[in-house]
Formats: sequence, structure tokens, C-alpha cells
Amino acid sequence: MAEGSLFDPELASLAIKQARGDLIEAIFLIRAYRTTLPRFGVGQPINTDKMIAKRRISATFKDIPGGQLLGPTFDYTHRLLDFKLLADGSIDEFEPGKDTEQMFQHVTQFLNNEGIIETEETSSSEAESPDLTRQPLEIPANRALRLQALTRSDEGFLLGMAYSTQRGFGRNHPFVGELRIGLISVEFEIPEIGFNIEIAEIEISECETVNQFLGSKTHPPKFTRGYGFVFGQSERKAISMALVDRALRWKELGEVSDGAPAQDEEFVLYHGDNIQATGFVEHIKLPHYVDFQAELELIRKIRKTAFEAKKG
Amino acid sequence: MSNSEEDFNFAYLDEQTKRMIRRALIKALCIPGYQVPFASREMPMPYGWGTGGVQVTAACLQETDVLKVIDQGSDDTTNAVSIRKFFERVAGVKTTENTGKASVIQTRHRIPEQVLSEDQILVYQVPIPEPLRFLEPRETETRVMHALEEYGLMHVKLYEDISINGEISTAYAYPVKVNDRYIMDPSPTPKFDNPKMNFCPAIQLFGAGREQRIYAVPPYTKVISLDFEDYPFEASRAEKTCEICGATNTYLDEVVIDDKGTRMFSCSDSDYCNSQKS
Repeated sequence: MAEGSLFDPELASLAIKQARGDLIEAIFLIRAYRTTLPRFGVGQPINTDKMIAKRRISATFKDIPGGQLLGPTFDYTHRLLDFKLLADGSIDEFEPGKDTEQMFQHVTQFLNNEGIIETEETSSSEAESPDLTRQPLEIPANRALRLQALTRSDEGFLLGMAYSTQRGFGRNHPFVGELRIGLISVEFEIPEIGFNIEIAEIEISECETVNQFLGSKTHPPKFTRGYGFVFGQSERKAISMALVDRALRWKELGEVSDGAPAQDEEFVLYHGDNIQATGFVEHIKLPHYVDFQAELELIRKIRKTAFEAKKG
Repeated sequence: MSNSEEDFNFAYLDEQTKRMIRRALIKALCIPGYQVPFASREMPMPYGWGTGGVQVTAACLQETDVLKVIDQGSDDTTNAVSIRKFFERVAGVKTTENTGKASVIQTRHRIPEQVLSEDQILVYQVPIPEPLRFLEPRETETRVMHALEEYGLMHVKLYEDISINGEISTAYAYPVKVNDRYIMDPSPTPKFDNPKMNFCPAIQLFGAGREQRIYAVPPYTKVISLDFEDYPFEASRAEKTCEICGATNTYLDEVVIDDKGTRMFSCSDSDYCNSQKS
């Protein structure tokens, strides 16, 4: 759903089934289907404070108002093959506890109250939030466009990019300020009736990182942010996205680039799309013999000239 | 085939692997602060969650050992509980939360407040063992810098911190020099803990699983935090008192307790805090 840029769990399941478990192929099916859908307007910005969270954790504070809500996760499980599943193939569904479905204030807000973290700018106009699926990607891209490209990017690619920043290629000292997964409603304003109506409820994963600060003796230092937002339950990708978002922000934050791959907007945004990538990488198995024939002729000619020159 | 506990060797790893790790540990103890490469194994927890520490602990444990596991200083944090349960299951060793009663302590991000003794081993989980990594991302380069004791880059970094921010802006994983030779990463412990490493009576072992490195500080070894004469190292903490036990000399956690953002401070070392209360 995330790479497919289409929130529809039923169609996503269908695509995975049809693609026989090949996820990139499934994403391809979803993208190709999405193309056929009209865009009929812009929804209201969603406020993730209003999320009904099933998972919500912060690594920056031991405890937070509302508590650390572990929810569905493989974290803290021991990765031992469970041979029982060979015999009895069913896996228990996650069942949320009764007290788990609630709304929480964002953890970064507590830092914001103290003015110790940068305030997020909000954009409202279409010019500030172009639609990547309707307009070509132009570099330099603003942050809204970059975030769109990142949330559509391949999870593995983002993971690798994010990992490279942790290992020193564009380091940005991240802490997971908050990670949350849950349901949020999408509202749409219908001009004819003049108010917002709820058109969908979607599951999303959101990650806000708190990164090391900027500042000087005269400008008090502040923590900076990275942001990750992904359709569905996909915290690995949300965290990766937040790290890469932060790495790409070096210019607007007045940092000096290390020249690391994750800081190179053109490199990251142009190569993260797995449908573009798989198409182009795999296309080399198509017939190319006309070009190859031309190469053959050329190399034979050059070799012949070289041999003759040697013989003298 | 079953997956019962009997199918695992004592402390999970097979004996050859333990021997390989013990050799690396001995080498590491002989060259304090030097990063010894070792053939890190896949463990049943993810890289970055303490696989290095778990392998070192597995190689050290004997059946008579008493194990304590802390994360962020506390025995009750999820990852600490998870690792403690792992060793209860695969090694059957006794575990404790009492710092004084433990023979092996595996830690992430803290050194216990209570002074350690000669018959204890402190095992650190290390994410990035290379203190020079963020100045030079390439391992081939940093190994040469260590070999030649070429540490100017690190001092320039600390100097730049002072010229920009007025102080050294490293609050955790603060670099140290071990035995007057190697610059070493103390793992991401707050710099408040750095002085505890100096001439510590216990053996300090560091395991980095993903990066495949082991290093060590033998007992009673000089461990100095890098600084300048006019900007001496300072072990900083929140200037508050623990609201649970009243301690004024410990490292404190800041906890947000309501939606207005009210904060409360309490000891990060849960065992020390409990011992002060009673």
C-alpha cells in the first residue's frame, strides 16, 4: 500500500495473492491500477494527534503521559523457529487490549513547549504541496515533495540509506522521539454542502525523530526533526524515512554536507522508486541484439586496427 | 524435531563459537582499548539490540554465575527483561537485580551507580565501536589512524565544538583514551558514567555484534576522557534530586507525567534507587 500509494487493504491483499508473494510485482499491480483512478480533490490535512493508536512508543523518555503502548510487534521476541507452526499453520491475530485504543498527544510537543526543538512549518497551498503522482519530480524538491517520494520509495532502499547515515555516511544523531501506529480518519470538504465529511479511515505508521542540534553561542541550540509517514503497519519504513528525511534537510538547516549518498537529494529521490528501478534493471533481459551487433562490429574493427598496428 | 531448551547448548552458542569469542576477549584484554575483529554470529535477537553483548555474556557465563541485565540503567526495561529471560531459558543461570550480587552484568547505555568489585564482569552492548567513525566513515582509514596513533582529527573536532557552542557538545559516547594508547568509544553511556571506567576493579568487556568487534578494559586500567586544559571534562547530570529516593549524586531520568508537560526526575539506576529507599 505504501509503495503503491494506494490505501486499500483488500486490493493490496489481492495484488500480493496475484503476484504469488512477490511484493514488488504486487506494488506494480497496485500502481498500474491506481493510474486508472481519477483524482477528485484534496482531503483535509490529517492530524495524527487524533489517531486511535494501537502502538505508540518513545525512546527518548522512560515514561510518557498515556504510557508506552507496545502493541503488535516482533520486538523483544526471541527469533527461534517455532516448529509447531509446521504442524498447525494458524497464527493468532493481534487482539488489542481494552484500554489500548486511545488518543495521545505527540511526545515532541513536550519538547516544543520548552522551545527546545524546531517547530514544524505547515504548508497549505497546492504550490507548497505538489502531487508527485500528477507532476514530474523536479530537483531541487521541497520537503513536502521529498516526503511524498520517500513514502513511495522502496522499503529496502530507504532502510539501506538510513543505515548508512547511522554508520557515518551523513550522520545525524537520531533518537526515536515517537513511533505510533493506528487508525485515523480522512476528511474531505464538499463545497456543495460546505462542511467536512469523513470519507475513509486509514491505518498509518508515523515516526518522529529528534536529532542533534544546531546553534551557536548566540543562537541557542535546538533539536531538529526527521519525519516518517507510511500507509499501513510499517514501522521499519517509517523510521528509515525519518532518518533519510533528516539527512536530506542539511541545506535548509544550514549544515555542511559530507557528500554522503543519503544527503544527495537527486541520488535518493531518483533511485528509491522500486517500480522504476525494477523495470529498468530487469529490462536488460529484453532483446538488445541490434545494439549488441553494432558493438560487435565496432570492437572487431578496433581490434583489427590494433593488431595491424602491432604487427607494424 | 522439537524446539525445546534441551536442543540448545549451554548459553545458546556452541563451544567452538564460545572459544573463538574467548580468544578475542583475551586478545582484547591484552591490548586495552584495541578493537579485535571477531566472527560475530546471528543471534535470535536483531542486530542493534545487543547481539554483541549477548555473545560476550554467553562466552563468559558459567553455571555458577549470577546474571544481571540492565538497559538505560534499569532492570525493568523491556530489552533488559527480554535478554535476562533469554539467558534464564538457554543457560538456566541464576539472575538478580541486585548489582552487588551479580557476577556478570550486561548493560546498555549505563554503568551501575554502585562501585563494582574485582569479581565482577561488566559487559557493554556496543552499537558503533569506532570512536573515529563519525569523523571518518571508512574502516580502512580508521584502522590506520589507530595503528599510527593519529588522533589529531578527534582533538580538532572537540576544539570545533568549543569554538561553535562554547563547550564540547558530546553528551554520550564521549571518547576516552585507554592506558595512554588507544582512543575508545565507551558505548553510548552518558558522559556522567565515564569516570567510573577509570581504574575500575571489575573487568569491562565490550561487544559489537553487527560491526564484529570486541574490545576490553582490564581491571585497574587508566581510562581518561578527552579534554583540554582550559576546558576540562565535566561529568554532567540533571541538577535535580531523585524524587523517589532523594539521591543527589546519581544520573536521573526525566519523565513527562501529564499533558501539560510537567516533569519528574528519578534515578535511572533502578536497583540503586531501591537500595537508597529502604
